[in-house]
Amino acid sequence: MSKTTLTGAQILWDCLVREGVNVVFGYPGGAILPAYDAMLDYPIRHILVRHEQGATHMADGYARATGKVGVAIATSGPGATNMVTGIATAMMDSSPIVCITGQVGSALIGSDAFQETDITGITLPITKHNFLVTRADEVAPAIREAFAVAASGRPGPVLVDITKDAQLGLCAFDWEGAAPDMIGLARPGHSSGVDAVGLINAAERPLILAGHGIMLGEAEAALRALAEKAQIPIAMTLLGIGGFPASHPLNLGMMGMHGEAWVNTAIQESDLLIALGMRFDDRVTGNLKTYAPNARKIHVDIDPAELNKNVRVDAAVSGDLRAVLNQWLPVVTEVDRTRWLAHISDLKGDSAVRDIQNLPDDGHLYAAHVINDIWRMTNGNAVVVTDVGQHQMWEAQYYHHNTPRSLITSGGLGTMGFALPAAIGAKVGRPDAEVWVVVGDGGFQMTMPELATLVQEELDVKIAIINNGYLGMVRQWQEFFYQRRYAATPITGPDFKKLGEAFGIWSATVTTRKEVADVVTRARSERGALIDFRVEQEDTVYPMVPAGADLHKMIRRPSPIAETATD
Amino acid sequence: MQTFAVYVDNKPGVLNRVASLFRRRAFNIESLTVGHTEIAGLSRMTIVVNTDERGGRLVEANLYKLIPVRRVDNITRVPTIGRDLAMIKIAATGDARTQVMQLVDVYRSRIVDVSPESLVIETTGTEDKIDSLLEVLRPYGVIEMVRTGRVEMARGSIAQPPISAPRRSAAAADDGRDDVGNCSV
Ligand SMILES: Cc1ncc(C[n+]2csc(CCOP(=O)(O)OP(=O)(O)O)c2C)c(N)n1
Repeated sequence: MSKTTLTGAQILWDCLVREGVNVVFGYPGGAILPAYDAMLDYPIRHILVRHEQGATHMADGYARATGKVGVAIATSGPGATNMVTGIATAMMDSSPIVCITGQVGSALIGSDAFQETDITGITLPITKHNFLVTRADEVAPAIREAFAVAASGRPGPVLVDITKDAQLGLCAFDWEGAAPDMIGLARPGHSSGVDAVGLINAAERPLILAGHGIMLGEAEAALRALAEKAQIPIAMTLLGIGGFPASHPLNLGMMGMHGEAWVNTAIQESDLLIALGMRFDDRVTGNLKTYAPNARKIHVDIDPAELNKNVRVDAAVSGDLRAVLNQWLPVVTEVDRTRWLAHISDLKGDSAVRDIQNLPDDGHLYAAHVINDIWRMTNGNAVVVTDVGQHQMWEAQYYHHNTPRSLITSGGLGTMGFALPAAIGAKVGRPDAEVWVVVGDGGFQMTMPELATLVQEELDVKIAIINNGYLGMVRQWQEFFYQRRYAATPITGPDFKKLGEAFGIWSATVTTRKEVADVVTRARSERGALIDFRVEQEDTVYPMVPAGADLHKMIRRPSPIAETATD
Repeated sequence: MQTFAVYVDNKPGVLNRVASLFRRRAFNIESLTVGHTEIAGLSRMTIVVNTDERGGRLVEANLYKLIPVRRVDNITRVPTIGRDLAMIKIAATGDARTQVMQLVDVYRSRIVDVSPESLVIETTGTEDKIDSLLEVLRPYGVIEMVRTGRVEMARGSIAQPPISAPRRSAAAADDGRDDVGNCSV
């Protein structure tokens, strides 16, 4: 095969195009200029961000919405360090992104040259792998391997730092010769402990805990088949939402710190937990010593390092989730579990009266109402990208997701500022989807310059600012655990309607519940919209398991009926 | 204690990746040695970690997440030969010098440097043996000591899956050319 001679910069784009990339999110600068110059000759859409953190969240949102690898690009030094938060976010949530950074010339490395920073050193613990490329002929192998590593097994971020001379240098481009060595990228699955299927068939009160791995492993159908055949109810982690339809009778809802009370109680009462593609984060287990005390435990994860990490299990299976479930399916028996299911419905009963939806209308605008209305008006079909805080938990509770990859949220790192840029990435990846941002007034102000990106790229994203004038989630902790001493949590902001309009986005302010429907309808008909929902300021997310408390010891919303009864 | 033989691509930055992993996961390294193997481009680390069996499994699984790591053998429960090498500089003149030389003989160690004021003793063996030699030498005045840390190898010919040589030659390699080793995650 004849090999063409290209610059490292050309090889970079050639490889990206061959990897299936047609859009990158980035910001130029000196050390990455050769790559930017070469980009013009390739069929690549470049989305100019307003801060490199935005580029990484966009690549991440793109990856989560599509399942494809997202690409972010930045210059050396400050460009690269601005990416750190986004890389860590992608790492915690197993999102496949490739970050490309320019680096000073290889002769200058180590000299504290202008805009030199050791970005491979900085990102070592927050990437799945990273590369320092100092020669043009190393570009192709590094890029190919970066994509293979990012997307294989448990996905994650990979950074490729390319020196300026490597971008400028000429070499023979050999795509085939740069194929990554795939040995070990698919290590064989492994199981230890007792037989998982035996445990499932014998269980009387089993519960499936479904995590992000359901979607990452494309195991949605296998999960449904298993649950339906064996009549096992499913509890979702925050990132698992969408992996199993919310409307399905076996879907109990979210578990954990702000999970449904009946879900947490069911976990504590179950005799078998079947954890699928989740990692027993402290936000879902509460106190480990009292976690599901009577349950045997099965854990399936593609990452063997997750098994027996936080929770000791009886059966540990490492491997591809879909393959494992499909193996179980024929040998799992159909068992009548109506008693267990009926018991869980009973547990739900008392929660219903406490639900904010059932509180008498006191004229206030509640975030839960807003989110629930958006859910109804979008027929549950929107891709919702949330930020971090109270609104994030209300979204998980009151927007009922039926399809995979329809809730995009920063779970592991809990990165405020994630929503707007991640939504831009999601919209770019899925232009036909109706994309909504649900964001707090605090988090929105962290990355709101990306509104300009939205407008420059003519993207249709709807933004619902849940504006409570507080860093709400932190205020809630202060309310419960710091005697309402609201240190640094009251927050002001601009007039968001005027702000949106200044960017050229149709905008509105909503202060009462009766306006919600009209404004949401109007927003849906606009190309891009921003709504400032002025909600109840000191509202609280219930239930809540205080950090480190026993999972069943939830702080519950005071029941209005119980109160009336004692009156 | 858990002991691992870890085969890694011989690339710049690999030691840093391993060290960073142990730091990040709060695994306590007791000792770590690294050197070339019989396969070009492949290095072998002997890592002793202060943890239990369950911790050992997590260490192994986490090591496999590093791309340049090709194979991890937990050799804690395997019969092995373990050796540490030490050089000990002793201030010894006159009578003391003779006594030290006798002790060195008893411990089957060697004197590798002699100066008017001091001796350098080289010793290999298990850590216990070296510790005990050190104890008996201490009264004479230890000026300086250096130890390699433990290297360990399984006894007999336990069949292990072969490790392929790195795809690209180690000489020309740097971090930009890391091979994909054992990486499922
Ligand atoms: C970058 C970052 N800084 C700080 C925090 C801590 N934090 C978690 S939630 C929260 C408050 C968020 O307030 P807001 O965006 O207004 O949303 P709300 O909770 O009011 O819905 C803060 C400060 C964080 N998660 N991320």
